[in-house]
Amino acid sequence: MRTLDQTTQEVVDLAAKHFNVAVGTLAPSDDFFKKLGIDSLQALELLSRLENHFGIELPDYEVQGVSDFRTLAERIQSRL
Amino acid sequence: MLDLSKYQSIGAALKDAMTAFSAETCLIEADRDREKELLTYKDFQSRAHPLARALQDAGFAGGDRASIIMTNQSKWLISAYSIFLAGGVLVPLDYKLTPAEHWQLLKHSGAKVLITEYPIWRQLCNAPERAAAEDVKLVLVTEAPASADLVGARRWEEFRNAAEPVFVPRERKDVASIVYSSGTGGRPKGCMMMHENYLEQCVALTSLYPFWPGVRYLSILPTNHAIDFMVGFFGPFTCGACVVHLRTLRPEFVREAFSKYKITYVSLVPLVLKNLQKGLQARFDELPSGKRKMFNFLVAVNKALTRRNPRPGLSRKLLGQVHAAFGGGLRAIIVGGAFTEPQTLQFFYDLGIPVANGYGLTEAGTAITVNDLNPFRADTVGKPLPGMEVKIVDPAKDGVGEVYVRSKTVMAGYLNDPELTAEAFADGWLKTGDLGRFDSTGHLLLAGRKKNMIVTEEGKNIYPEDIETVFESLPVKEFCVFAANYVWPKRSMAGEQLVLALHLEGGQSYTDALRNDIIARNNRLLNYKRVHGVVLLEEDFPRTASLKIKRNILAERLAQLDRTSAILLL
Repeated sequence: MRTLDQTTQEVVDLAAKHFNVAVGTLAPSDDFFKKLGIDSLQALELLSRLENHFGIELPDYEVQGVSDFRTLAERIQSRL
Repeated sequence: MLDLSKYQSIGAALKDAMTAFSAETCLIEADRDREKELLTYKDFQSRAHPLARALQDAGFAGGDRASIIMTNQSKWLISAYSIFLAGGVLVPLDYKLTPAEHWQLLKHSGAKVLITEYPIWRQLCNAPERAAAEDVKLVLVTEAPASADLVGARRWEEFRNAAEPVFVPRERKDVASIVYSSGTGGRPKGCMMMHENYLEQCVALTSLYPFWPGVRYLSILPTNHAIDFMVGFFGPFTCGACVVHLRTLRPEFVREAFSKYKITYVSLVPLVLKNLQKGLQARFDELPSGKRKMFNFLVAVNKALTRRNPRPGLSRKLLGQVHAAFGGGLRAIIVGGAFTEPQTLQFFYDLGIPVANGYGLTEAGTAITVNDLNPFRADTVGKPLPGMEVKIVDPAKDGVGEVYVRSKTVMAGYLNDPELTAEAFADGWLKTGDLGRFDSTGHLLLAGRKKNMIVTEEGKNIYPEDIETVFESLPVKEFCVFAANYVWPKRSMAGEQLVLALHLEGGQSYTDALRNDIIARNNRLLNYKRVHGVVLLEEDFPRTASLKIKRNILAERLAQLDRTSAILLL
């Protein structure tokens, strides 16, 4: 079982890979909309990728209003 | 289609639709690749009647208000029909608002009943603002886990009575719904929409974009939005058509839904349409050179042959693969909620997929103008719909002036705000606050805004006053938020941004610490509400005797500055 920190790091790593930015430039507390310059649709694409990676289903409502990596990781963690 | 001229209310028309189209499919609800519901009009009625009766048994009477805060799903429409059947006034709220904003609007609307989903209720029930919305006596929650503590709410699924409801008739001029066009800040704008508004709008819209049994509308825009309420509920239901709901809006499932459900119409906000364009363009660019040349040739042929009007059959033959990706039966994409760039509209039209672009606002009963496609004009927002009177007031030399509207679709006014209502009307005409002109063929061309607000590409109306609270106690002398295009008018609807005007204390400078403080506060706002940059001013803001900022005068001062160099990006 992953710890929350591990999950968070994996979320950050995947986001960096998906949007082609250097991992070191992203921090768990970052607002991913702002930091990655993405819109709500691109965020949904990232969610699909995270679901595949973690092998979970994350309903849209679970991530409603979430905009930072750590909170996103918490939502994922609760379903692992 | 039902003859809506015979009806007095939404409830009466929907009630007859249930009988007239009894065996037709009215609703499909899918969650990812799983189909959760497939309801005929008869099934729909049998779900709604027990709920309507139970509402009545709980004391819900004609004219009472009931709010729905839900994502797009079958229970949204079933609940709405139950409310109308019981003669109620619907208060549809955007599920994406915060709990504090929800309670504020519930309080403002005077809703007695709230119908919501469990994940939303989980956030709402613990919010401190709940205490203020004391009119909300009954809360119904859908899809709650069996073990969940609903904190005073009841389960939607169990709230039913086997007895038949009593249909409560309403008149055309009665209020049917209160739709918040914006104003989650200091001054909520609750548009009081009358039954007549919906009945008339439905007739006008379906004259251009008809529905019939067998037509399938993919409902993606939130149903609380005036567009989806009309084309994703009332319109199709009064014509015996079918609405498809998806419980997830992940692009891969949305794409799949087009072919799986043979979608006829879909409504999108400009942001999503642009995204679709980008995705398609990327796929076209990846084609090997030979195929790409052939494809470009076919697009050119299609473009030439559809110059005067769309020819769906021909376009599907010429560009079969593109159309197959959209299910093969798509008649039009309805785009609304915000301004769409002409080149995006043209891109789809050239592929043989007409985009029904138009112009409207909630206050006017959804659409004012719509492109009639005869011929398609990407540079305009179309001609006024039947029954719409539109005039341009105080035109400048180039013909551009404020757009005024008069029609049976225009709202009765803003709830509990006679002052705001008086400001919105002039001699019975609705002042839209938008600037535009008509061309020689009667098409409306939009050219900017007169009002201090922006509409994002996601179709959200943002008024500066509504987001200022997040900057309260910012360590500066004073601040004020503006729409950049209001301060520096330009003849365009594109690129709308908000800016934060700052007046620093004497001796204070715009340090990194201050900038970071602003960024941190800005990030507390939903992403589409954030300010884009800061403008520094060195003089006191003009204020009224009661110390309110005189925004218009301050805007004039800001306008003296050069826009590009004055805005310090965040």
